[in-house]
Amino acid sequence: MSALQEIVDVTPVEATPKKYIALGGYASVAVLVLLIAAPLFAKNFIIFQMTMWLIYAIAVLALNILTGGSGQFSLGQSAFYAVGAYTSAILMEHFNVNYALTLPIAGVICFAFGYVFGQPALRLSGVYLALATFALATAMPQLLKLGYFEHWTGGVQGLVVTKPDAPFGLPMSQDMWLYYFTLVISIMIYVFSVNLLKSRSGRAMMAIRDNEIAASAMGVDVALYKTLAFGISAGITGVAGGLGAIAVQFVAPDSYTIQLAIALFLGMVVGGVGWLPGSLAGSAFIVFVPNIAESVSKGLSGAVFGAILIVIIFVLPHGARQIAYLSQHWINKLIHK
Amino acid sequence: MELLTNQILAGIATGAIYACMALAVVMIYQAIDHLNFAQGEMAMFSTFIAWQLMQWGVPYWWAFLATLALSFAGGVIIERALFKPLANAPILTHVAGFIALFAIINSVAGLTWDFTIKQFPTPFGSSPFLGSQLISTHQAGMIGVTLVLLLLLYFFFQFTRVGLAMRAAATLPESARLVGINTSWMVALGWGMAAAIGSIAGMLIAPVVFLEPNMMGGVLIYGFAAAVLGGLTSPFGAVVGGFLVGIFENLAGTYIPGVGNELKLPIALALIITVLVVKPNGLFGRAIVKRV
Repeated sequence: MSALQEIVDVTPVEATPKKYIALGGYASVAVLVLLIAAPLFAKNFIIFQMTMWLIYAIAVLALNILTGGSGQFSLGQSAFYAVGAYTSAILMEHFNVNYALTLPIAGVICFAFGYVFGQPALRLSGVYLALATFALATAMPQLLKLGYFEHWTGGVQGLVVTKPDAPFGLPMSQDMWLYYFTLVISIMIYVFSVNLLKSRSGRAMMAIRDNEIAASAMGVDVALYKTLAFGISAGITGVAGGLGAIAVQFVAPDSYTIQLAIALFLGMVVGGVGWLPGSLAGSAFIVFVPNIAESVSKGLSGAVFGAILIVIIFVLPHGARQIAYLSQHWINKLIHK
Repeated sequence: MELLTNQILAGIATGAIYACMALAVVMIYQAIDHLNFAQGEMAMFSTFIAWQLMQWGVPYWWAFLATLALSFAGGVIIERALFKPLANAPILTHVAGFIALFAIINSVAGLTWDFTIKQFPTPFGSSPFLGSQLISTHQAGMIGVTLVLLLLLYFFFQFTRVGLAMRAAATLPESARLVGINTSWMVALGWGMAAAIGSIAGMLIAPVVFLEPNMMGGVLIYGFAAAVLGGLTSPFGAVVGGFLVGIFENLAGTYIPGVGNELKLPIALALIITVLVVKPNGLFGRAIVKRV
């Protein structure tokens, strides 16, 4: 009886894809070519926005691994993002570490942080886990403001980060160099994530997502894989945070509030839970739609944003994934005719 | 010792706000099985309606009743128009819908009534209650209303046919449908009731925190925390949770060195999570046993 009582309120994340988590070969190449070519035709500010788009896509992807992969829900991603950003900023400004080298360090620190946080989170699920992660997200800006760390974090003022130049005298602007740098890292993380979810560990996580009891009966170490998912998700988010700090050239506690976590969550839903390429679509939503809403109406920008969001979830309850499936379906029909 | 009792009294006074909000949160959780992130904004909007009515010269209690009715209708309409079509969508899509609703209500209220702080009247007066400087008659009235509301809800859920039908529809929708309960309308009814309770909470809180479009942000967070602490399945737990959170928060602010107003919230939340790790269903929540 007591064993049964342990299993409470397991809210399954429904409608997550069972088989397809990545794009096919041709589609991947097409997207990649677009991503490489696009900045050649854009102004510096647009390139900066595209860089932020890629960075948020990495963070959305990380949440997707956690929620779409292992079925755990998190509103605390902004905390991991903040830790990553501060790690990079502090290493660059106080220790003069090369910006590229700060990213793996940020990733490792955030992995450890996520793994440790995943331990108590093991006992919680559903809304209870949402509240715990939410607490983390609200606490983080306050902790960063604390006087004890002010020497390192700069307190409320934050830290200014120098923007890196293109190396080897390459003839491109700082923004463009940063875009390609981010693109390379995004591709590395994407390939890693797809392979992770296709591997033995990924299958174990998805088994836990679909049915925890069945998974543990099959010999999956539930505790290990759940905390591992938290760690990996936090680690990737940390790398995104580090990149974000370098791109924005500034870190301050109030950039990493719960609103960032909510935005990342919306990005995941709009992109399609559990479908990794959807992270790009979801991230485009959180970077560009607020601007569109602002340009439609200044006073009612929140209402316009909400209305757009509602239209999207009405038309596409499963996010961008639905478009991908539909188009794939039509292409197959055309070919086989 | 006097400091301790004073802080506990002050905690109970703020706790009444959280308890009120938590009660609304639990209400809707029982009806639809989700946490509604837009609950606070719905309450804020209702409070603005009451304020507007009073500006037009309607007496307090008539405005109160009219707001209650309008909020109920509003809750039902939101459910019918927005969430009924999404009934089969994944849970996370619903959460995104709540966030959209939040953004819309907040922005519309901001445009209609702007962001300046407004006074909201209290029916109980604001003189000291029973000679105590810490609890005003308004706060005492708020505690009283919360307790009466709790009692009414208890009777509604335990002893009326509709209350029973609502409980059935929330716990086992399929079986409820088989015995002839219109589960879809029960959900709408739950939304309406939650909106009405939220509006009461809003009108009671507004004299304390002042009326403005963002007034519910902090309160809702504490309301959620209180509801989760007490156990999301128990209205009684929600009220107890609300008072406990209020007391925790005040004591942490007083006795832990280095905790200013800024750190009160994280500490209260950390404490709640500690409680949850020991009792994952909250203090009074029912453990739902799952059949394998």
